[in-house]
Amino acid sequence: MDYVIEMIDITKEFPGIKANDQVNFKLKKQEIHALLGENGAGKSTLMSVLFGLYQADEGHIKVRGQEVDIRNPNDANDLNIGMVHQHFKLVHNFTVTENIILGSEDTKYGMLTYQNARQKIKELSDRYKLKVNPDAKIEDISVGQQQRVEILKMLYRQAEILIFDEPTASLTPQEIEELMKILKGLTKEGKSIVLITHKLNEIRQVADRCTILRKGKSINTVVVKDTTNEQLAEMMVGRKVVFELEKTKAKPKDTVLQVKNLSIKQKEGSKLLVKNVSFKAKRGEILCIAGIEGNGQTELVYGLTGMMPIQEGSILLKDNDITGLSIRNRSLTGLSHIPEDRQRHGLVLDFTLENNLILQNYFTSKFHHRGFLKFEAIRENAERLIDQFDIRSSRGPISLARSMSGGNQQKLILGREIDRNNDLLIAVQPTRGLDVGAIEFIHQQLIDQRDQGKAVLLVSLELDEVMNISDRILVMYEGELVGELDPSKIDEKELGLYMAGSKRGEIS
Amino acid sequence: MIELMNQLNFAFPYIIRAMALLSIVALGGLFSERSGVVNIALEGIMIMGAFAGAWTMIIVMNNMNIPLQWNAFIGLSVGAITGMVFSLFHAFAAIHMKSNQIISATALNFFAPAFAIFTARSVTGDRALNVRLDYAISEVPILSNIPILGPWLFTNAYLSTYLAVIIFIVAYIVLYKTPFGLRLRSCGENPHAADSLGVNIYKIRYAGVMISGALAGLGGVMFVLSFSTRFDGAVAGFGFLALAVLISGQWKPIRLILIAFLFALFRVISEIPDELVGIRNLNLPQEIWRMLPFIATLVILAITSKGSAAPRAVGEPFDAGKR
Repeated sequence: MDYVIEMIDITKEFPGIKANDQVNFKLKKQEIHALLGENGAGKSTLMSVLFGLYQADEGHIKVRGQEVDIRNPNDANDLNIGMVHQHFKLVHNFTVTENIILGSEDTKYGMLTYQNARQKIKELSDRYKLKVNPDAKIEDISVGQQQRVEILKMLYRQAEILIFDEPTASLTPQEIEELMKILKGLTKEGKSIVLITHKLNEIRQVADRCTILRKGKSINTVVVKDTTNEQLAEMMVGRKVVFELEKTKAKPKDTVLQVKNLSIKQKEGSKLLVKNVSFKAKRGEILCIAGIEGNGQTELVYGLTGMMPIQEGSILLKDNDITGLSIRNRSLTGLSHIPEDRQRHGLVLDFTLENNLILQNYFTSKFHHRGFLKFEAIRENAERLIDQFDIRSSRGPISLARSMSGGNQQKLILGREIDRNNDLLIAVQPTRGLDVGAIEFIHQQLIDQRDQGKAVLLVSLELDEVMNISDRILVMYEGELVGELDPSKIDEKELGLYMAGSKRGEIS
Repeated sequence: MIELMNQLNFAFPYIIRAMALLSIVALGGLFSERSGVVNIALEGIMIMGAFAGAWTMIIVMNNMNIPLQWNAFIGLSVGAITGMVFSLFHAFAAIHMKSNQIISATALNFFAPAFAIFTARSVTGDRALNVRLDYAISEVPILSNIPILGPWLFTNAYLSTYLAVIIFIVAYIVLYKTPFGLRLRSCGENPHAADSLGVNIYKIRYAGVMISGALAGLGGVMFVLSFSTRFDGAVAGFGFLALAVLISGQWKPIRLILIAFLFALFRVISEIPDELVGIRNLNLPQEIWRMLPFIATLVILAITSKGSAAPRAVGEPFDAGKR
């Protein structure tokens, strides 16, 4: 057989959960093999077993036909297996070269030498078109380049089998495009690739075969070009998935949020991150702010929600000037916010689910009486929202937020923000890192909010999301709004041109 | 002009002495912290080193007839070894037991003076150990005749100062030019990166803490030799001052030396204000000068800690399962 990897009947149990249950996975030489599954389906666990981070409880692994025992990443390395982790493992103040040679350094008289390594890195970089400067510091290069340093790290160690764990999660559309080219180039040069993902488009774009995992079990292995996206999605979540959401035409009404000439300065330094931005968000529409990461969207939202001071301009919420108000008072005036970093700004991770649900109104008479919390009311509130938003957790209202999956953490925040029944909902990257099932649910909720006459301000980096659910698009580039677009009249390509700054339009 | 020169010639050996001591102990802290382990036990380790070193020197002095500088060298070595062994408690608690590193180091700081005074008293009946002799090298032949530098660096100097210079150079090379140094620095910044490339985080961190123990222990003996000629269960806060030097020096060896010089300067001004004419003529009460090093510490820390470049993973126990 020409399989380079065979994982047979792998079982791995963690306390309370069977992460892998008799999973089978076979990788052919020179193929890109996608590993598809929802969050928590056991993809990462399976690959961690292959990479030696965990030991399987049962089952065995064959590499190039030989039965092997992989106890740690060094063993995997010796078998020419390399892994690019979702969170890069790079030392931020080291150079590219230092990061790559770490652990297998060249020395002369006991002193480090870099010449050979630099030469080799340059050669590899040219050969696979990675375009990485070996002398740049990690903190100075883009996320896409950092990922390519991770790839170089594997190639430098002569890896033949490359595992990519959700490689596109933090990349811009352009960087994703480049990565896909690199992946194809790698297989041409004889490498075999495992691609862990839950994005169907990527699989369609590059993968030859795909193994689907669901709840720790391997469901099927299919040839990608013989399978439709609908079939893949159905195997992944175990039911039919709606891709095109039912959505009627928007009926914008009166203005809820009016932003006038807003400018925001860098925290340290004097660079303007948001430059003279003005727009209106109306009831009954989903207004989307699109753009490539780092073009001021984050700061704009910080300014609107009060998380960062603004330099100039004013913010009107339902004709109340909220420019100088505190975060709490803005929230009380009628602003709901699903923050970009849900773990840092959306939740107190070590609080229970029920306590996380009352973070913004524990002080109201609903939950508090003469200085004491009303525990029964808090519990009832939690049970109602768990039911309404299908928030799943191990122990219901008393589960710790930290113990919940990303999708359910996001549902918790979504439920809390929507339940406060405010007129404006700001949702920043609400589906980042979530699987199709959860994405579908969240998109549906946003549309429902719109239909109930709320204004929804969506900030998103995902082109699909922008095109599918928004009613009006504002494109942000280098802190400025550079275009106002109607998603029904443009295509992704044109939107991409605005996002990259090569096209500008008028803002009404 | 000649007056000023005399003043400088007089004060400089003191400054150099304090600077050597501060930078060696701070360098110890640097090795520990850049491997990812906070070490505020420098003071305690210095005390243990000073105690063991002073005691050894007294025993050697009473029983053997060997040259003074040889004895100093023996004392310094014993101090370094003691410091290294003592620091293992901190290393074990911080690295293997994943305990809070501030707490375990504080325990060492409490333990050291109590243990040293108790033991000294049970052995000698007195809480202090008197080394008595003056270990200064009055002048280094030939080199002391160099203009300016001669009187500053090569008269009334200590063996330990020259040792400090050598250690410093070696440490710099180890830190920046060897694989061990690269790995050590990576462990303090992103141990998961190092771990994924097969670097043994535990080994590196043990090494980092042990080096810091050895250097702090050595520093303790340096203190006894060049500052007090007796050991009475304390090292006058030099361990904590070294910590301030480490932080103000942004965990970088060269900056650390410059800051050590600054701290040493203030320390000397505070200790001998009456001997320095220019300062005596200002006619300020002595207390003002005594406060100077501490005020300077606060001010320097306030200024320099703004752009603090602490190793990112410092103080975090390594947990391979956490990503």
